[in-house]
Amino acid sequence: MNHLDLLTFARGSALNWALIIFAAGVVLRLFEILGLGRKADLAKPRLNSPGSGWRTIFTRTLPPEGMLKRDPVTYIGGYVFHFGLFIAMFFFAPHIEFFRSMTGLSWAGLPNALVDASVVAAIVALGVLLAHRLNNRVKRMLSGFGDYLAWAVTLLPLLTGYLAYHHLFVEYTLMLALHLFSVELLLVLLPFTKLFHTFSVFISRWYNGDIFGRKGVAS
Amino acid sequence: MSATLSKGINSFKEMIDAPVASFFSSCVHCGLCAEACLFYTETGDPKYTPIHKLEPLRRVWQQEYTLLGKLGKLLGLSKPVTDAELEEWKPLVYDSCTMCSRCAMVCPVGNDMTYMIRKMREGMAASGHAPKDLIGASTRSVEIGSPMGIRLPAVKAQMKHVQDDTGIDIPLDRVGSEYMVLMSSMEIINFPEYLAAIARIMKQAGKTWTLCSEAFEATNSGIQIGASDIAKVLVQRVVDGAEKLKVKTVISPECGHAFTALRWEGPNLIGRAYTFEVQHILEVLDEFRSAGLLKTTGFEEARLTFHDPCQIVRRGGLLAQPRNLLNMVAKNFVDTADRGKMNWCCGGGGGVSAIEEAEPLRLQAFKVKKAQLEETGAKTLVTACANCRIVLEEGLEHYHMNIPVMGLTELIAEHLTEGE
Amino acid sequence: MKKSRQPEVLPGTVGEGLKQRGVTRREFLKFCSALTVMLALPPAMASVMAEAISKARRQSVIWLSFQECTGCTESITRSHSPTLENLIFDLISLDYHHTLQAASGEAAEQARMQAMKDNEGNYLLIVDGSIPMGNPGYSCIAGISNHDMLVETAKGAAAIVAVGTCAAYGGIPKADPNPTGAVSVADIVKDKPIINVPGCPPIPVVMTGVLAHFLTFGGIPELDSLGRPKSFFGDTIHDRCYRRPFYDQGKFAETFDDEAARNGWCLFKLGCKGPVTYNACATTKWNDGTSFPIQSGHGCIGCSEPNFWDAGPLYQALSMPVSATGSLLGAAAIAGAAAGVAITWHNRSTKAAAKAAHEKVTVQELTREEK
Repeated sequence: MNHLDLLTFARGSALNWALIIFAAGVVLRLFEILGLGRKADLAKPRLNSPGSGWRTIFTRTLPPEGMLKRDPVTYIGGYVFHFGLFIAMFFFAPHIEFFRSMTGLSWAGLPNALVDASVVAAIVALGVLLAHRLNNRVKRMLSGFGDYLAWAVTLLPLLTGYLAYHHLFVEYTLMLALHLFSVELLLVLLPFTKLFHTFSVFISRWYNGDIFGRKGVAS
Repeated sequence: MSATLSKGINSFKEMIDAPVASFFSSCVHCGLCAEACLFYTETGDPKYTPIHKLEPLRRVWQQEYTLLGKLGKLLGLSKPVTDAELEEWKPLVYDSCTMCSRCAMVCPVGNDMTYMIRKMREGMAASGHAPKDLIGASTRSVEIGSPMGIRLPAVKAQMKHVQDDTGIDIPLDRVGSEYMVLMSSMEIINFPEYLAAIARIMKQAGKTWTLCSEAFEATNSGIQIGASDIAKVLVQRVVDGAEKLKVKTVISPECGHAFTALRWEGPNLIGRAYTFEVQHILEVLDEFRSAGLLKTTGFEEARLTFHDPCQIVRRGGLLAQPRNLLNMVAKNFVDTADRGKMNWCCGGGGGVSAIEEAEPLRLQAFKVKKAQLEETGAKTLVTACANCRIVLEEGLEHYHMNIPVMGLTELIAEHLTEGE
Repeated sequence: MKKSRQPEVLPGTVGEGLKQRGVTRREFLKFCSALTVMLALPPAMASVMAEAISKARRQSVIWLSFQECTGCTESITRSHSPTLENLIFDLISLDYHHTLQAASGEAAEQARMQAMKDNEGNYLLIVDGSIPMGNPGYSCIAGISNHDMLVETAKGAAAIVAVGTCAAYGGIPKADPNPTGAVSVADIVKDKPIINVPGCPPIPVVMTGVLAHFLTFGGIPELDSLGRPKSFFGDTIHDRCYRRPFYDQGKFAETFDDEAARNGWCLFKLGCKGPVTYNACATTKWNDGTSFPIQSGHGCIGCSEPNFWDAGPLYQALSMPVSATGSLLGAAAIAGAAAGVAITWHNRSTKAAAKAAHEKVTVQELTREEK
């Protein structure tokens, strides 16, 4: 199997299966979570505050007062990583073509130099966050195999994408295939690891906002 | 009959719902909740990280309610939760969690750790891993009627005392009153000024009110230990009393968890909505204030600050009321830097103050309050929870700080315009 | 004196042929300089090459055409105007090429046998087209199957040049479902040096360069892992493309006739396979350096890569899936939902069982019986 064949396989059957597992896994996990349901709250809510859950989905993106100072590495590293990944994933022209083929939607991309800088920033942030995870006593205690696995499978697409774009280490076609395989690994693992927070964060934040909103507290 | 592990695990399974599943699914182990928890910030011990306190519950969720967990369990790959583990977790779930919810305010993915601790305590209690002091308090509550073992005669004695003091008649079991007033044991024993304050305020406002001989106690040990079956029995007393006396509103006293128990958990425990309202005393006072029924004279000149009780403010929604009231009577009110929904807990909520072996840790955690208070330079500390008040007083004494602690209701009563 | 400095023109050599055709030494040196550049050799090698080629005897070449379309022959022999590239072909001794040779039938085969005999161990074998392994009858010449003819002819060859993607990698005949069981030369011949010059068709100057290299050094140029001369196949079309700056700026043609296309913007979104195609088109270009596909407004289809025909749709961006669609995702989501319903049912029965097993907790039951 030569490199182009490998790439074709990565763009073909491998991608199909990864997407199938990803989509089925995400929906399955959503059912798994929401299907447990919760009892109706019989206590009279304090305010007529519909949308409190929805509000928290957005407001929780910002650090509460004083928290940024307590752990700047986690906050800043987290922002840089998520923002860099977001730019690279959704604003690199070839990626937009991928999304267009799946959804029919298309939007303007960013110049490659900008995307490139975002990727570098995201990779550096991941490195810093790993070091922080290893050094910080709380994080180290909380971390297990799953956390390091999630870190690695998140790094790989960024790294292989960067190496492919810059023609480093191995021949481009092969690196591109590796890039796709790394993305596929990410897709397959996402629903079943903590990476599922990509989706569940909206649910958990909503519940948080709803629970506190009923009591009249904007959380 | 006895508490058993299987009862505990069974209880975990009963308790786990969609919010819990979403919280565990979302956690990325960032550790920021630790930075919001006074037991971690003041000790630096990572085991006090809030989400870590829930590890046994997380494993039950994972093993029972996720596809991969079920498969793992089927293949014998999962580590079952054991008695030894739950015993090890006892100090994490009880001694070092005041259910203050500060972590729930900072979690980037929106996890409400308190919501889960409350549920986890159900399993801890059912499996016999609750602290003995909370078991004692619960037993006294159910069997005697109050966690501190107070019976009606003690209440009556205090009623008489207040009556003599103020010259105001203290009504008991008066059917058709607008308000039914509850007290916490702490107020009955340690802070009689609360009842006197209520009597004077009600008189000024011209409202009818009553105590209830069958339900004078507002506290609910069942909520703290995490036994809904017990909590239900205690809430039911209040509901029965209120319905018998046909009151419009039950006033929850200056007690944090009593408010949570009556206002938020009660209807869910008894399985139906109330036929009456439940209000915290500060809500009532603020309503009186805006209706012009609360008239005060004079101001406190000393620099004073307010400690937001977690259950009343962060988990109770009374953010504006305490400040509205304080500004009526204080010229020199300063807020702490972290305030309102971000205030730091006194360290004794959620039953912690009742657990004897938790005291050294609680005093260590109090350092955060100490620093907060020192920063404000306040000479008086006002709060609205009798439990906070006791814990604050003990903490201040321990650190040799000479700052008096007052209840807000009492402070308002001191400034009531008399004789109209 | 002056004349003595001129290389001696020996009878039967390339030099003699060149002279007969009126090619001056200056012109020939210029050609050799260009070749050395393309072959990535030091500039000083130009005169060495000129010398060597001039003195070389006309190389015996046997050209076998199997499952092919004659596009390769067209490309290499019928350039737009007579050039030095095709002169070189005139100057070799093309002893067998069934499209070009005058002889036919038994005489043609006789010529091949004769050339093999006369130049045993020294002749160069050029192959275009793939070899069917399914049924020998799919393609035979003079009653001889392609496979047998290749094996027979390869035996005495000094080296083999697999011209075109079919000979090099199987090409279009090998494309799914490969009805003839087509294979490449290298799949059959294992004991001879093989130089792959892929492309559909290949670039003429690459052929010339390989021949010049063979004549100069008596060996084959440095090859990559796919058997291609590194000097021509070292870079991708994309990396050498004059439209590359548009790619980097994020400027793309969306259709073949939009403003962006007219402005010459990048054709990536229209399916250009330049990023994964290793060839010299963007630098040598075609038809005497006139143009190449991308310059004429069409994306690269990657024709010089193995199995290019099966490497996804030609008109979809390289970053698009080969076959996955939104409906695949939809179907997977529905399957996930079905599984989700099943697991929810299971979860709910677990929870219901826990609820049923709940024993009322009383204050007496908060403690454990001591054993």
